[in-house]
Amino acid sequence: MTKTFRLDGREIPFKEGQTIIEAAAAAGVYIPHLCHHPEFKPHGSCKLCTVNIGGRLGAACTNHAAEGMAVESETEALNADRRALTQMLFVEGNHFCPSCEKSGNCQLQAVAYHLGMMTPHFPHFYPARDIDASHPDVLLERNRCILCELCVRASRDADGKNVFGIGGRGIRARLIVNSASGRLAETNMSVTDRAAEVCPTGAIIRKRHGFTVPIGQRLYDHHDIATQLPLPARRGEGRGEG
Amino acid sequence: MPDYDVCDLPGIVARWGNDPANLVQILRNVQESCGTIPSDTLDRLARLLDVPRVRIEATASFYSFFHAESHGAYEILFSDNVIDRMAGKAELKQYLCERLWLEPRKLSEDGLVFVDDTADIGLADQAPAMLINGFAVPSLDKSRIDLVAELIRARKPLAEWPPMLFEIPDNIRKAGPLAGEPFTPGSALKAALARGAEATLAEVDASNLRGRGGAGFKTATKWASCRKAEGEAHYVVCNADEGEPGTFKDRVLLNSYADLVFEGMAVCARVIGARQGFLYLRGEYRNLLEKLEGVLARRRAAGLLGKNILGEPGFDFDIEIHLGAGAYICGEESALIESLEGKPGKPRNRPPYPDTCGYRNQPTVVNNVETFACAARIAERGGAGFAALGTPQSAGSKLISVSGDCRRPGIYEVPFGVSVRQILIDCGAEDAHAVQVSGPSGTCISFREFDRRIAFEDLPTAGAFMVFSRSRDMFEVARNFTHFFAHESCGFCTPCRVGTSLLRNTMDKLAAGKGSAYDMNEMKHIMHILRGMAHCGLGHTAANPVVQTMEKFPDAYEKRLKRLDFEPAFDLDGALATARLITGRDDEWAHLADD
Ligand SMILES: Cc1cc2nc3c(=O)[nH]c(=O)nc-3n(C[C@H](O)[C@H](O)[C@H](O)COP(=O)(O)O)c2cc1C
Ligand code: SF4
Ligand code: SF4
Ligand code: FES
Repeated sequence: MTKTFRLDGREIPFKEGQTIIEAAAAAGVYIPHLCHHPEFKPHGSCKLCTVNIGGRLGAACTNHAAEGMAVESETEALNADRRALTQMLFVEGNHFCPSCEKSGNCQLQAVAYHLGMMTPHFPHFYPARDIDASHPDVLLERNRCILCELCVRASRDADGKNVFGIGGRGIRARLIVNSASGRLAETNMSVTDRAAEVCPTGAIIRKRHGFTVPIGQRLYDHHDIATQLPLPARRGEGRGEG
Repeated sequence: MPDYDVCDLPGIVARWGNDPANLVQILRNVQESCGTIPSDTLDRLARLLDVPRVRIEATASFYSFFHAESHGAYEILFSDNVIDRMAGKAELKQYLCERLWLEPRKLSEDGLVFVDDTADIGLADQAPAMLINGFAVPSLDKSRIDLVAELIRARKPLAEWPPMLFEIPDNIRKAGPLAGEPFTPGSALKAALARGAEATLAEVDASNLRGRGGAGFKTATKWASCRKAEGEAHYVVCNADEGEPGTFKDRVLLNSYADLVFEGMAVCARVIGARQGFLYLRGEYRNLLEKLEGVLARRRAAGLLGKNILGEPGFDFDIEIHLGAGAYICGEESALIESLEGKPGKPRNRPPYPDTCGYRNQPTVVNNVETFACAARIAERGGAGFAALGTPQSAGSKLISVSGDCRRPGIYEVPFGVSVRQILIDCGAEDAHAVQVSGPSGTCISFREFDRRIAFEDLPTAGAFMVFSRSRDMFEVARNFTHFFAHESCGFCTPCRVGTSLLRNTMDKLAAGKGSAYDMNEMKHIMHILRGMAHCGLGHTAANPVVQTMEKFPDAYEKRLKRLDFEPAFDLDGALATARLITGRDDEWAHLADD
């Protein structure tokens, strides 16, 4: 007998140890997320995947599925709160989508569309953040970083390199790299690293690939991010497209 | 004073067992002996410890007390709780800056002094207070500031300063079983050994002791679960981070009743089978370090710590002190464990909880200082007597840290169930208008609610009790707290990282007279997001002070509202300030009309 739990009234089968988001994805159900990636250790920081688990709110990417559990995800209330989180991510950084190479392939932008975000709503912070163009093949555009730590995890766990980390605290948290100068060029980052392609936004960009696929023909230009399941197939979506 | 050489990096690293898990302690020693943690030190540490530099930088840049740039020979940090402000902190800080010819947050021109603010330093009963090179100086007034300024001008080393500047009285105004009755070191351990681990746990269970750190989790349940959990080792951690503004009872317990606390830890070690314990002491209590090391040494010599404690074969347990470095979030138990492991203090994903997966992913009991002190009393005297005091759901006594507008600030040990009004009478607060119970993350109550009771079932508290008289502006109280939370948010999760700053900015906008009813609704909206979606207790409660003062003291807000609808956050006229500066104009035409 496979075990199941209920997600928005639907029975979802799961394997022992699977998180809610993993089991949902395997069943073809999308739960909005940004810091989750099926290949990397759960992180639970963006909180976009927050669901109602039997009356208690929790992250679907860190909470494990359990037999008989009743989970709500697609409610108007939860999506409104997710929209607010997305707006927070927009205003804390500097996101100028029309001039961004990642536009159309960016998960932040795609989630915002999916959630029907029309305005940033909150006052912009306009933080002063650095761009690091020192590396021959990889551009670091910190203005677009949402601190999801996917690059940190990918570099550490997949590439075995520890190129990235998060420095500072609170609203001053920032992406740092593993070199005394603070420049990416002085790290052992390579363009073929998993860390170079895992960024959900345009914060880590492979140079000279920005417009290989024209805007208007990109991943999320015509498809809602929710239809891009199952998740494991999304591996490498950033490749060659920006 | 430190017993290692200035900037002997390999020496410091060796002293901490060449273990990257001790990175926060290593960085503390570097900071204390060198005055800064420069960038090349991070590289050298990376090589010595064989960990990537980026991880060292992540930790070094997380904690407020670490900095790469020089703060001179004298670093002065003024405690910036609202209680310090009420006691004249801003004026005294300005006075000191004038006397020393310097600007806050800027190293003095001779490279000698640096003056800034820091979060509450645990001396609200002796406000205003400050830290100088990490050591607390309480009860500031003009004459003490004059003395400090003179000592600095004479470039006297801190070690030669008059000790009276650093004297910190306990101010125990009302004593009880914890802070009052004598304790013979070893008596609780002897009783626990005679009874056996199982029976000692049963006594703690019968006592109905609940955690004194705020959440009120039943202590015996935690210990039992940890005792049952399998692991290579078990650990006991005493949470002495005491960062909640207005709280200072753990400071007093550690200053005068450290034996009770350490003995409670040893009793816990016996119950759960731990050989190693930690006291995580907030960096602001640096002045207690040598004294506490002394107590530990005495206990080792008396056979109350170390190998075969009290002659019991195989009962080995010792305690190491770790100091924090200016991060309130490290009071959250899983963030505390991260810090003990040398990392930035960011709360972990839970479950699993520390009782099964804590320090080095092993079963760990984390309890508050006062909880361990209670546990020692229970081991010594049995659980029934403890349970007889207080209420059925909140057994025993509670140390309350009283500060603010009252004649006798200090420590009051009261039975649980006592009314707020009774404490106000005891401390001489005739003109009380509001009380912030359990600090900014707790509950703000108005004069209409003074019959409410201090108990887990009514007003749960970690101990803070800040009194505000009629003359105080409750909006400013809440605004101070929003600054605190924005400063202390660890930044891990979106809602709190961004939400606490949005709240702070909105309160500042209101304070500048630019707010509207729209902003009030926005703050309620942010509170809703924080409560539901934040990763830990800091975020969950960060909006409480605003929302509660809005409800209970609406006048304090309404008088600040410019319009009842919308006022843009972007201040166009303010943005022109730079242009005015450049052009040297400040006439009427260089300003935008105000309405
Ligand atoms: C932001 C935050 C700060 C905290 N600070 C402290 C603290 O300074 N001291 C403390 O004992 N508990 C603190 N706690 C509670 C601890 O997480 C934990 O519950 C407590 O140490 C358990 O001990 P107890 O059961 O003896 O209370 C804090 C919790 C949060 C969310
Ligand atoms: S650079 Fe990209 S992957 Fe890395 S933390 Fe920022 S947003 Fe996430
Ligand atoms: S709620 Fe705040 S303090 Fe807690 S994890 Fe999130 S950002 Fe950090
Ligand atoms: S996807 Fe779950 S918290 Fe980010």
